[in-house]
Amino acid sequence: MTLLRTLVRQSPFHRAMRDYPASLLGLACLLLLGLGSVLLLPFIGDPRDFIAEPLLGPSTVYWFGTNGQGQDVWRQTVAGTASSLGLAFATGMSMTVIGALIGLIAGYTGSWIDKILSYATNIALVIPGLPLAIVLAAFLPSGPWSLYIVLVVTGWAWTARVFRGLALSLRSKDFVLAAALAGESRLRIVSFELLPNLLASFASSAIGATIYAIGAQVGLEFLGLGDMNRVSWGTNLYWASNDAALLTGSWWIFVPTGLCIALACSALTLVSYAVDAVNNPSLRAEQVLNKRLRDPLRRAIGVTPLAKEIRHALNA
Amino acid sequence: MIKILQRLVFYVVAIFLALCINFLIPRLMPGDPMNMIFARFQGQMSPEAIAGLRQAMGFTDASMASQFLHYFTSILQGNFGVSTSLFPARVGDVIWQSLGWTVLLAGVSLLVSFSCGTVLGALAAWRRGSWIDRVLTPALIFIGSFPYFWLAMLLVYIFAYLVEWFPIGHAYSDGSKPAWTFAFFVDVMRHLFLPALSIVLATIGGWILSMRNAMVSVLGSEFINLAHCKGLSDRVVLVRYAMRNALLPNITGLGMAVGYVLAGSMLTEIVFSYPGQGYLLVQAVRNQDYPLMQGLFFCITLAVLLANWMVDLAYYWLDPRTRGQNI
Repeated sequence: MTLLRTLVRQSPFHRAMRDYPASLLGLACLLLLGLGSVLLLPFIGDPRDFIAEPLLGPSTVYWFGTNGQGQDVWRQTVAGTASSLGLAFATGMSMTVIGALIGLIAGYTGSWIDKILSYATNIALVIPGLPLAIVLAAFLPSGPWSLYIVLVVTGWAWTARVFRGLALSLRSKDFVLAAALAGESRLRIVSFELLPNLLASFASSAIGATIYAIGAQVGLEFLGLGDMNRVSWGTNLYWASNDAALLTGSWWIFVPTGLCIALACSALTLVSYAVDAVNNPSLRAEQVLNKRLRDPLRRAIGVTPLAKEIRHALNA
Repeated sequence: MIKILQRLVFYVVAIFLALCINFLIPRLMPGDPMNMIFARFQGQMSPEAIAGLRQAMGFTDASMASQFLHYFTSILQGNFGVSTSLFPARVGDVIWQSLGWTVLLAGVSLLVSFSCGTVLGALAAWRRGSWIDRVLTPALIFIGSFPYFWLAMLLVYIFAYLVEWFPIGHAYSDGSKPAWTFAFFVDVMRHLFLPALSIVLATIGGWILSMRNAMVSVLGSEFINLAHCKGLSDRVVLVRYAMRNALLPNITGLGMAVGYVLAGSMLTEIVFSYPGQGYLLVQAVRNQDYPLMQGLFFCITLAVLLANWMVDLAYYWLDPRTRGQNI
């Protein structure tokens, strides 16, 4: 038990989380949204039930009011959060795995494979994602699997570019050369020498991909591409706009879903600050330095920073 | 010069690939693509007419290669096919008619967002810990995590429904006729304000953040210290030394942003019933007008590639270091 605790304490993620309280807050928000919606799901009843008159405002009976078809907005928000976050995490992860694989293969093997893969990556980056996603989603049969495929196809390229760069820089590092000289196989070098060093970058890319997945998924569903019988963030907003929520002034139909989306995206961004600090220790050093400079007692016994760093810190 | 030509070849390849995607998607889907595309006309058109259209749009029984050749030559002649929802209008004409409004909306919002974001980001880095850095930047980044069109809905609700300061939608009032008069200009601006504001609010946080980060690293470099030591005024150091150098990464971002803003403005247009590409897009999706969707995709891809190429040229002109090699 103590061993486990020490391991957790010494992990770079834990240290980064400690230095970035905002990231801890982001993590808490994500857990609240994700776990909360999934745990509530069995208790709220079918979100598609018509329970009352349409367009009732928020009240003690229906906390978030009812939508244009007389469905409970609270139920729809909870169910939408569960399904949209689930799909976003799944697609974000897959996008990152595929992108990272392509990038690593390109960067590590070099030669003509790299030429082809990185040319393809650059082209995939420059072709606008959302319009392509729209065309693809329109032709594919509607359903969550189509959304999944469409998002992964349009979103892998950024990760691939990042990981190609990482692989290129790691490949020439001394410890990798040493392993190669010691006669280790390529597979072993990639899985035991490279991958542990890429973990934080992977987490950071996965967060970015999840944010993209949320935005693109909501956008596609808002356009009416996707399974309209499913309850999700995008379909909630689609029906809100279709049932003229704006012209009737029914703000309660679209505000809860939008707040959930923004909360999820900002929470992910906050978590990424801590992950970036694991990636780039100099960021953490700056944060720690700023903290110490603000504390007069620590300043007396603490570090002796460079003049320009003191100026920056004192400005802050 | 060689570099610019290389980039040009790259963009031509990208355009070609976008065309290939457009050609292949309907043909790779299960079933007969023509049945899907012309599903709306089932029973309204004689089989001969459908067969004629099939011939005209290139969905023949010929080999893939000759189908592609037919497709490619018709694209080169500016023929993107026939819109099925606005039949028999040609896709090219339909897109061309609504292009102006989208360019106006996306252009204005992109310019405002980029210039304000860059200046605010520079100021945030210059005075780290000031209210711009501590309050405004995080607030705008939080606002940026809302979807574009959701912000648009909120703005419509507040400013067009509750207080009625701005019109609720469309590009100009129903009564007025498009003309080059001052009154019409004011009318258009009033209708443009809310959609543009929603895009600016959604995107400005990103510009501030990237400019701030670039500025922080530039401000740490020696030539800034030297400029301070020379006794140059803060203003000169900020504008002529720091901002000019920090601007470069943001300019690269500008090319990428054109794609996001165009796609995002399409969703915003839907909320405002703004008569641009977004309105066309939603018509196309609701009526399953596949040729129109493909035309829009190709049109946006072209715009993005053009913007990227212009950014490349601007970069070449702005940053002398890129000119040093490879001439």
